[in-house]
Amino acid sequence: MSNFDIRSRQKESVEILDLSGELDAHTAPDLEKEITTLIDAGKYNIIVNFTSLEYISSAGLGVFMAYIEELRELGGDIKLTNMKEGVYNVFDLLGFPTLYDIMDDEAEAVKKFNNASA
Amino acid sequence: MKRKLLKSLIMHQPEEDSLSDQSVNHMVVAASTGNLASVREFVAARARDHGFGQIDTEEIRLAVDEAMTNVIKHAYGYDDSKKIYISVGSDADSFWVAIQDNGHAFDIAAYKTPDVPERVKQRKKGGVGVYLIKRLMDKVEYSTQNEHNEIKMIKKL
Repeated sequence: MSNFDIRSRQKESVEILDLSGELDAHTAPDLEKEITTLIDAGKYNIIVNFTSLEYISSAGLGVFMAYIEELRELGGDIKLTNMKEGVYNVFDLLGFPTLYDIMDDEAEAVKKFNNASA
Repeated sequence: MKRKLLKSLIMHQPEEDSLSDQSVNHMVVAASTGNLASVREFVAARARDHGFGQIDTEEIRLAVDEAMTNVIKHAYGYDDSKKIYISVGSDADSFWVAIQDNGHAFDIAAYKTPDVPERVKQRKKGGVGVYLIKRLMDKVEYSTQNEHNEIKMIKKL
């Protein structure tokens, strides 16, 4: 019934989460679980690819609010990429572009992680 | 008055309602996050019927989601045996969505605009829904009467 899915994959030393569908208060716990699983496994360089995400509410944004500090303290980051305009607008309304690394393209974010660890 | 309205809402199912303009459309759902998507779609379809373009329709869809999520979380504390009443109406130049509950009232007087960077620093998971609703809609009214709470969100065409 839930129109939301997360697939995870790896590119070099970076974990990538591909989101699709609608991220709201019903589906945000799935994303939170995925991110805490990565943190517990010691994987702190995370890219969330929004290519197929159609919708986000503040419950979805809340997941990023809750874990970014912890990841940065651990030497990692969450970079957000490939957002559709409507999804980006929600992040923008809350001033996220100055707090988070929001990038147009996943490859660019992978490169930035690699440069930082080189 | 309000009690009578709620009673009439319970007896209506959305599919039985007329979709004609100038009308009020109702939907009653259990207070579960699993119902967010269908309520969003119900309201967005009526916003489109009213003549809103994609951007306005998406703003209304998000405002409704935020308001309903707050009811589920704060008014009812995730008790899905409770009900949420959604009504949508319009007139010539504006469109409104009202969401009603019988739970804990939201104290708008105590509301402060959230400091997002500070909330991120404190690792808070959200707390920005009301702020979004105010940004997305033209007018937002809260009222509580006889233990019924209502948020009415208005957008001008």
